[in-house]
Amino acid sequence: MNPSHSTTLSPGKSASGASPLGTPPDFDRKERRLALLHAFRRFLPESCLIHEPEALKVYECDGLTAYRRLPLMAVLPDTVEQVKEVMRICSKASVPVVARGAGTGLSGGALPLEDGVLLVLARFNRILEVDRINRTALVQPGVRNLAISEHVAPLGLYYAPDPSSQIACSIGGNVAENAGGLHCLKYGLTVHNILELKVITIAGDEITVGGEALDSPGYDLLALMTGSEGLLGVVVEVRVRLLPKPACAKVLLAAFDDIQSAGQAVGEIIAAGIIPGGLEMMDNLAIRATDDFCKAGYPTEAAAVLLCELDGIEEEVMDQIVDAKGIFEACGASELRIAEDDAERARFWAGRKAAFPAAGRISPDYLCMDGTIPKRELPKVLNAMQALSQASGLRIMNVFHAGDGNLHPLILYDANKEGELEKAEAVGARILEICVEAGGTITGEHGVGVEKINQMCVQFETLELAQFHALKAAFDPEGLLNPGKAIPTLQRCAEYGAMHVKGGVLPFADIERF
Amino acid sequence: MDGDSSEYLKERVLAAVSQGAPLSIIGGGTKHWLGSTPSGEALPVGDHRGIVSYEPTELVLTARGGTPLAEVRSALAERSQMLAFEPPAFGADATLGGTVAAGLSGPARPYTGAVRDFVLGTKVMNGRGEILRFGGEVMKNVAGYDVSRLMTGAWGTLGILLEISLKVLPRPKAIRTLSFEMEAVKAIERCNAWAAKPFPISGACHSRGRLRVRLWGSVRGVESAAKILGGDDIGDVIDHEGFEIDLDPASDPACESAVEPEGEHFWAALREQKLPFFAASDPLWRVSLPPGTSLFDIGNGDRSQGECLIDWGGGLRWIRGGADDGKDIRLAAKRCKGHATLFRGGDRSGDIFDPLPSDLRLLHERIKAAFDPGAIFNRGRMYPGI
Ligand SMILES: Cc1cc2nc3c(=O)[nH]c(=O)nc-3n(C[C@H](O)[C@H](O)[C@H](O)COP(=O)(O)OP(=O)(O)OC[C@H]3O[C@@H](n4cnc5c(N)ncnc54)[C@H](O)[C@@H]3O)c2cc1C
Repeated sequence: MNPSHSTTLSPGKSASGASPLGTPPDFDRKERRLALLHAFRRFLPESCLIHEPEALKVYECDGLTAYRRLPLMAVLPDTVEQVKEVMRICSKASVPVVARGAGTGLSGGALPLEDGVLLVLARFNRILEVDRINRTALVQPGVRNLAISEHVAPLGLYYAPDPSSQIACSIGGNVAENAGGLHCLKYGLTVHNILELKVITIAGDEITVGGEALDSPGYDLLALMTGSEGLLGVVVEVRVRLLPKPACAKVLLAAFDDIQSAGQAVGEIIAAGIIPGGLEMMDNLAIRATDDFCKAGYPTEAAAVLLCELDGIEEEVMDQIVDAKGIFEACGASELRIAEDDAERARFWAGRKAAFPAAGRISPDYLCMDGTIPKRELPKVLNAMQALSQASGLRIMNVFHAGDGNLHPLILYDANKEGELEKAEAVGARILEICVEAGGTITGEHGVGVEKINQMCVQFETLELAQFHALKAAFDPEGLLNPGKAIPTLQRCAEYGAMHVKGGVLPFADIERF
Repeated sequence: MDGDSSEYLKERVLAAVSQGAPLSIIGGGTKHWLGSTPSGEALPVGDHRGIVSYEPTELVLTARGGTPLAEVRSALAERSQMLAFEPPAFGADATLGGTVAAGLSGPARPYTGAVRDFVLGTKVMNGRGEILRFGGEVMKNVAGYDVSRLMTGAWGTLGILLEISLKVLPRPKAIRTLSFEMEAVKAIERCNAWAAKPFPISGACHSRGRLRVRLWGSVRGVESAAKILGGDDIGDVIDHEGFEIDLDPASDPACESAVEPEGEHFWAALREQKLPFFAASDPLWRVSLPPGTSLFDIGNGDRSQGECLIDWGGGLRWIRGGADDGKDIRLAAKRCKGHATLFRGGDRSGDIFDPLPSDLRLLHERIKAAFDPGAIFNRGRMYPGI
C-alpha cells in the first residue's frame, strides 16, 4: 500500500468507523445527545427531533431486519437550510450522520449508528416542478418512486426505474442505491434516468451536480453520487428524466421443465436482437410460493417460468411476439401463454412482484441476496446454490432479473431457531462469492451497506479499496457520512481474509468452487 | 497487433512520478485539437490494444483502451450489434480509450444514451502506477463507487483507461430518415413533442431549413411511425441499412456551399462533422441545452448570431462564427440552463469548458489528487490545474 494516502483509511475521529457492529463508543452518549439537542433546538422545532428510545424504535433498522440499532437521535428537517445546519453542527462536533429515506433498503445502508445522528428525509416529499416540454421533474428526495409516475401519468409520461418496492421507497434512496427494477434492461437504472442532483456535503455546503441539459461540464459527479450509499453527500433534490409510456406492452409467459432450457431461451432472445422491456425468471419454489400467495395462475409444476414483456409501438411489439414465441418453442417451452388483456398482464406480473412477501408467507424469515452474473453462468450458479441448499438444509427460492443476470436468491430461515440466522448468512456470503467467481458482482442493485461489507474484500483488491477511501476523503475527509458502510476498511478485510484462510471456520467451505 | 503494454505504461508512469514530469496520454491522436492544448511528454497507449472478450448474448464487449474504434465497430457489426451511443471517431486512428475519455456521443445520444450510460467497467492505471478494476462485465453492479463512469469524459486526467467494458445493443432491423422543410423554432417544437410520444426516433437534426428525423426499429414499427410523423409536410423518405458508415477520414468537410448528403451519409457526416456547416474555419461552439429551449439567443446586439445547427432534437446547438469572444455565448448558455464548450478553433489557451463554480472546482481538485496525486496525467487538458 502506498503510505501517501494511508491517513485516509482510518475514518477520522469517529469511533464507529472501523466496524458498524463493533464495540460501543467509549464516550458519554447522554452528554453528546444533550449537546446536540441544544444545538438543534435553535433552528428546529421539537416535532423534528426524536430522541426517546421508544420513539426511535421505528428507525432501528431498514429492510434488512437482522441488524438493529438505535441512533443517538433522529432529525427530521423539512427545509434544505435545516439540513445544511444539521450537517454543519455534526461535522463541527465530529458526529457521524446516516441519511435515511423510506428505510426499505435491503443491505442495512440506513442502519443507524449508536453514536450518530439519523437524518430522516421523509418530510421532503414534494414534487417541486414538472417540465413538460423537456420531460423532466424536479422532486424532493423523500418523494416515493411510484408517486412520480402517478403524478405525470396524465401527460403520458412516467419515471422508468421501477423497483418492486416502488410504492414505498424514496427517490433519494433510489439515487443512493442506484436502484433498478423490472424494466431496467431496456430503460436503465437510476443513473440513466436522472439529470441533476442538489447535494449537501458533510461540511454543510450545497453543490449541484449534473444539470438540465443532457450533459454538464467537469467530471461526471452525477454518476459518482449515484449508488454511493449516502457516503459522499446528502441528496436534497433530484431532477429525473421522464419517458413516454410505451404505446403497447404484451407479456409472454413461458414455462420450462428444466432451468437450463429457460436460461438458454434468455440468451437466444437477446441473440435475436430483441431487448424485452422486462425479462424475469422464477424457479419452482418461487412459482409455487407466489402462485399460492396471489393466485397468479402460474403453471406450478414447471421447473422455471419466464415472463417476457415486449413493449413499443404496436406493430413492433407484434413482430417481436412472433419472434419470441418461436424462440421459446425452439428452446422446449412446455407451455406458452400471452396475456390477452391488461388485467391478465397485471396478473402475470403480480406473482413476480409479490415474490418477497410470498417468501415471507412460507418462511418466518428470509435473506434476500442480490448477486449479478454473466447470463451464461446461470446453470452453474444455480447448481451450486442447489448444493448449498442441500448442505445447509435451508431452502433457497430464486427470482431474478434474467435479462441482466441479476439474481435474487431468497434464503429461507427461522430466526427463532438457534444458529439459523448465522447459517443463512454464511450461505448468503458463499452465494456472493460464487457470483464473484463466476465473473459477476456481489450486488446488482441493493447496495453493500453493512450486509455485504465482508464480500467487498472478495470483490476488490486492497489497492482498489484504498482508491475508494481516497475518493471518499475528497468529499468527506473525516469519514463522518455513513461510516462503516459500503467500503470496508483494509483492517476489516485483513481480519476477514484471515478467517477465510483458517478454513473450516466458514461453513460449507468444502463445497466445490469454480 | 494485439498487445498488452501495461508493464511499459507502468514504468513510464512511475518514472514520470519520480521526476514530476507530466504525461500527455495519446491514443490515436485524432482529438489533439479538442480540449486545451496537450502538454507534457507524449505517452502513447495505442499499443495496448485488442478486444479482450465479446459475448453477443451478454451484450457486453471488453477491449483494451488502445483498440481502434473501427475494430470494435466492425466486430460488433459482424454479430449485428452496435455501439448505440454512435460515437464520432474524428479520424481513422481513433481508439476506444480516447472515445471514452473524451466522453463523445453522436446523434443517437438523446434517444439511446451517452457513452457514460454504456460503460459497465474499466481497468485503469492511476497516477501511482497502480492497476485497478472497477465495475465489471455485468449490466448491474453497485459494489463500490462508480469510478468507471467518473473516468468517462474525464479527459484522461484521472488515469489511463487500460480496459473498458461496454454494454452493446442489437442493430435495428430497419432504419429510415424522414426530412421536412421547416423553420428552426418549429423543428424544435416538433422534436420535443415527438419525444414525448413513444416513437422509435434515434436522431433529430435541423440544418439549413431542413429537419431530418431518423427512425429505427422493426420493419413494421418504422413504417407505422413514419406514417404518423410524416403527415402532410413530409419531404423525402430514405430507407438505409446502416448509419455508421466510415467517411474517408482524410476528407475535409464539403465546402460551405455544397449540398448536404442524405440518408446514412447525412448521419455519418453529422457525427464526424463533415457536413458543409462545419467547413468554415471560425471557432465552433458546442452548446448543450435543455432540448426544449426555443431559440438560442446570444443576445450580443448587432453582432451576427452566427450560423446554428441543431442536433439532439434541440439538446445540442453547434454555433459557428458570430461570437468572437466566448463570454456572450457562455452567458447565454447559462441563461438557458445549459453550458458551452469551445469545440474547434478559437483561443485554446483560455477556457475550453465552462469554468466550474468554486465549490465544484475544489471538489474536482481533490478528486484529481485522489487518483493522480502528482498531477502527471493530461495536466490542464480539461481545466487549468486539473
Ligand atoms: C420488498 C422489497 C422489494 C425491493 N425491490 C427492489 C428492486 O426491485 N430493485 C431495487 O433496486 N431495490 C429493491 N429494494 C431495495 C430498496 O427498496 C431500494 O434499495 C431503495 O432504493 C431504497 O430506498 P429507501 O428510500 O427505502 O432508502 P433507505 O433504505 O432509507 O436508504 C438506503 C440508502 O440510501 C441512503 N440514503 C437515503 N436517502 C438518501 C438521501 N436523500 N441522500 C443520501 N443518501 C440517502 C441511506 O443512507 C442508505 O444508505 C426492495 C426492497 C424491498 C423491501
